[in-house]
Amino acid sequence: MKIPDDLRYTEEHEWVRIEDDLAVVGITDYAQNELGDIVFIELPEVGDVVVATEAFGTIEAVKTVSDLYSPVSGTVEEVNEALTDSPDLVNKEPYSDGWMIKVKYTEIPENLLTAKEYRRMVT
Amino acid sequence: MPDSRLIPGNFLMRYTPHTAEDIRRMLEIIGVKSVDDLFDSIPRNVQETSSLELPHPLSEMEAAALIESLARENYDPASFVSFLGGGAYDHYLPAAVDQLVLRSEFYTSYTPYQAEISQGTLQAIYEYQSLISRLTMMDLANASGYDGASVTADAALMACAIKREREVILVSGTLNPAYRRVVETYNFGSGRAVKTVPAACGVTDLAALESLLDEKTACLIIGQPNFFGIVENTAELCRMAHDSGALAIVVCDPISLGILTPPGQAGADIAVGEGQPMGVPLSYGGPYLGFFATRDEFKRQLPGRLVGLTEDTQGRPGYVLTLQTREQHIRREKATSNICTNQSLIALAASIYLSLIGKEGLRQVAELCLEKAHYLAGRIAGLPGWRLAWPDEPFWHEFAVETPRPPAEVIERLIEKNFLAGIDLGRLDKGLEGKMLVAVTERRTKTEMDAFVESLASI
Repeated sequence: MKIPDDLRYTEEHEWVRIEDDLAVVGITDYAQNELGDIVFIELPEVGDVVVATEAFGTIEAVKTVSDLYSPVSGTVEEVNEALTDSPDLVNKEPYSDGWMIKVKYTEIPENLLTAKEYRRMVT
Repeated sequence: MPDSRLIPGNFLMRYTPHTAEDIRRMLEIIGVKSVDDLFDSIPRNVQETSSLELPHPLSEMEAAALIESLARENYDPASFVSFLGGGAYDHYLPAAVDQLVLRSEFYTSYTPYQAEISQGTLQAIYEYQSLISRLTMMDLANASGYDGASVTADAALMACAIKREREVILVSGTLNPAYRRVVETYNFGSGRAVKTVPAACGVTDLAALESLLDEKTACLIIGQPNFFGIVENTAELCRMAHDSGALAIVVCDPISLGILTPPGQAGADIAVGEGQPMGVPLSYGGPYLGFFATRDEFKRQLPGRLVGLTEDTQGRPGYVLTLQTREQHIRREKATSNICTNQSLIALAASIYLSLIGKEGLRQVAELCLEKAHYLAGRIAGLPGWRLAWPDEPFWHEFAVETPRPPAEVIERLIEKNFLAGIDLGRLDKGLEGKMLVAVTERRTKTEMDAFVESLASI
């Protein structure tokens, strides 16, 4: 189970990577493994406002569905369009090609988990 | 005091669940003095306090005799020549439909909890969905709902789920009024408004619609043909809905699709309707069949069950319940479908009916209805004092006439002559007094229609 050291995490299993003024958001390797084959991802549109700890979309696997929670607050700058046709990218590459949204953030909550803390939570 | 029959010991059935001691202890634990106290939150004036005065128990033989005598009070459409329509129609039922649906493999049509065990049942539903998709020219159809009214209301809810920020449902004044009432009931207390688009000359008033459509409109619901049998300009109505960003819901008659433009081609986002005309006998309130079809882009908001076709590990076809993540057993309170059942047996009857008559047969049935209805309309309009309510509007198999005597009286007098003459529209809407709705299916013969006209002339 991969938990990259340079990312921050939420208790709901999203990861966030800060790239200058953008926050890149996805779900963790642990989360994709628990969900199983992902068949559909509903994401917000560019320009939508997301709020830290609130749902920004949903993710469907064959036998379950979950909300996706935003680790940061801000405006959606970019959406990973590739996930529309290939939601399995989240299963294959959760930390790279399987990213979901890029947010021009206004706030990064202080209580996001470090890799070490997230690892403790899921093991 | 509670009903004396609820007190253990007074009750004659042996499956009384609680003893007096059980009840006393439960009341003590939750801290109320009597069972009646549990109903305190219900205002006194709406509580029924007198006893129910139920009749004495009957033996099976007595009960059968009573029910048979009550049944004889009903008019059986089969013993009349019927011109009744308004949503349910006296079409011909091929004998094979009944013969096949009564087979035991189908008659117990409920899917087990592991639905995929019943491959035959799922395949039958899949075939039904395919037939409805092709008939309506929509991308996909669900496994069916209860009836035309409930699927219309479900379609409105689905449109509101898609157009989350919009809260007005526009219903054409020419939609079946019973359907409109069910839409209103489904939305009662929801915060959404159900508004009626006025009718002008028997069709949806386009100018009134234009002024009602705005950025709050979630959807427009229209009937095709409409409740008065008139063919609406569906493509124009759908375009107007879309121009304001609303969805278009078309409630259609499945047999009419043999000759009319299918809703998918006219621009409908959701097509629904009553499936009774497809091989289902007339009965009091059903069981009937609601069909429901939509575009691929809306499949995750589609209510109801959905059967899909896939392949097993050896490449053989397999039928499965699919997109179950919409449903409440998975998505819980966020479900986009709270319907975990369907009208399987009736949907099967419709599938058998469509398969038997085929594409050409459907066109013939629709054409026969059209020709016969126009023949009868012409004959009635030729009677002194009778005229078509909206003579300039195109109609299919149903039309409204203005009667020289009150419609209720005409209908009553015609029953004596063994005809069910039609529906008194004034009963449904004050503005429609003096009008009677007459339906003609392929079953009506020229002899029957001529005799009907003669009877109308003689009253």
